[in-house]
Amino acid sequence: MHPAPSIILFTTLSGLGFGLLIWLGVDPTPPTGWVAFAFYAIAYALALSGLAASSFHLGRRDRALKAFRQWRTSWLSREAWLAALALGVSGLHALGLLFGIALLPLGWLSAALSLATVAATAMIYAQLRTVPRWYHWSTPILFIALSLSGGALLSGRVEIASGLLLLTGALQFWVWYDGDRRFARSGTTLASATGLGEQGVPRALFPPHTGSNYLLDEMVYVVARRHALKLRSIALVMMVLLPVLLLQLPMPHLFGLLALACHLAGVLTARWLFFAEAEHVVGLYYGKR
Amino acid sequence: MTALPERTERRLGLVIDLDTCVGCHACVVACKGWNDQGYGAPLSDQDPQGAAPQGTFLNRVHSYEVLPESGPAQHVHFPKSCLHCDDAPCVTVCPTGASYKRVEDGIVLVEEEACIGCGLCAWACPYGARELDLAAGVMKKCTLCVDRIYNEALPEKDRVPACVRTCPAEARHFGDLADPESDVSQLVAARGGIDLMPEQGTKPVNKYLPPRPRDGWGEDTDVLAPFLEPVAEEPQGFLGWLDRTLGKL
Ligand code: SF4
Ligand code: SF4
Repeated sequence: MHPAPSIILFTTLSGLGFGLLIWLGVDPTPPTGWVAFAFYAIAYALALSGLAASSFHLGRRDRALKAFRQWRTSWLSREAWLAALALGVSGLHALGLLFGIALLPLGWLSAALSLATVAATAMIYAQLRTVPRWYHWSTPILFIALSLSGGALLSGRVEIASGLLLLTGALQFWVWYDGDRRFARSGTTLASATGLGEQGVPRALFPPHTGSNYLLDEMVYVVARRHALKLRSIALVMMVLLPVLLLQLPMPHLFGLLALACHLAGVLTARWLFFAEAEHVVGLYYGKR
Repeated sequence: MTALPERTERRLGLVIDLDTCVGCHACVVACKGWNDQGYGAPLSDQDPQGAAPQGTFLNRVHSYEVLPESGPAQHVHFPKSCLHCDDAPCVTVCPTGASYKRVEDGIVLVEEEACIGCGLCAWACPYGARELDLAAGVMKKCTLCVDRIYNEALPEKDRVPACVRTCPAEARHFGDLADPESDVSQLVAARGGIDLMPEQGTKPVNKYLPPRPRDGWGEDTDVLAPFLEPVAEEPQGFLGWLDRTLGKL
């Protein structure tokens, strides 16, 4: 799939923002006053800039609000609703905290909604049978794990963040390993795509058009896959290993910030790979993947 | 509403004969021509006279080679457009309800005024049957010429999809696949029509008729060969003398 910057930014930033909202929501002794304001301002800035980035992927941004209509069937629509609800309820909770009133159940609700938002974002991809690498239970789990680790990091929970980061790293490693085998496991081949398997071994002879088209631009992204191994290593080091090391150092404010910067760069790299490495079955018709 | 109907009254669709398609692309041109002036936003082109032209098409013809276990390779032309699936994944993913499947005839359509151009339906379609129009910013797909097949202003023989009407090889057939007595259903039964990517679970309405095995001449692949046997096994006369003398050297 084409790794569009709009959706990479959307999933990364909103994942971090909602991750922070989850930890703020479940905090039994939440920050109040100006400290609360600062934390919630960061969470909102991340979540909202992520959502704004996603609108750049639309052909008709002027109609974006129509995306709320089909929550009964569409994960994209559910994601829109959950995001709006999570931001709304968190806002109420934050308002109380500003004045020193902690309504803990409201916080729990905001955390649950934020968690559901991240899960719904992941389900947009995990529901697509056409992309075997994504069509798997591990897709929402990985998105949630990343969001929780990033949120813990942002909210200064050093021990929890370290543990979660290591778990997430292990999960990501396995997802790459297993993901490389999912296309073959899906059973979709040029033979099943053309129905010509009965006759022999089919091979794409020439494409239907000499130029490119929307399908090839959007769904058949083969560039830079050969650097995948290098990029995976970079992503793992930046996303997990460096932040965990930095978190063990003294001066938590300075090194914590550094850990956060590393983590963000790592997640962006991993998200780039999430899209760039995902092969859509339509590529088979073109003899590509 | 992007929930799929439980069942549709009819299942209108195409049956495409891979045995007779000659790969002329006439259906591609007819489709582009009709849909430039009818239903919804016209199919645009980008940089049509430039170095990297591209554009929106609802029907495209691929070409494949099939290598059997023995015998010569076979060349198959492969037209592909929306298969109007019964379990259309493109419909259920749509956040706006722009994509829908009609109860009365099973045609899958996009209500362009409601489409936000998110592209998710094109991601969900395994066949590459949907293309986002880069000029209009909305999703385009085969409408099964819904503006022809019910159009009383047209002569009756023209009330079929433009691709079917134009195909010089008659490789494309249009009809109701829910009716076992219809011509298309009979054709599918007689020729063993198949689904594309059945493992994707989309239950396509359109069917493909596989190419028939090619007939041959058995062992004797060249009919003219017997007439080309050399008349004289041994060269005679002057040539014979030359041949023998040179052979002795
Ligand atoms: S062929 Fe693709 S666009 Fe057409 S109904 Fe099936 S999934 Fe949808
Ligand atoms: S591109 Fe349009 S029709 Fe397709 S899923 Fe998005 S809103 Fe629906």
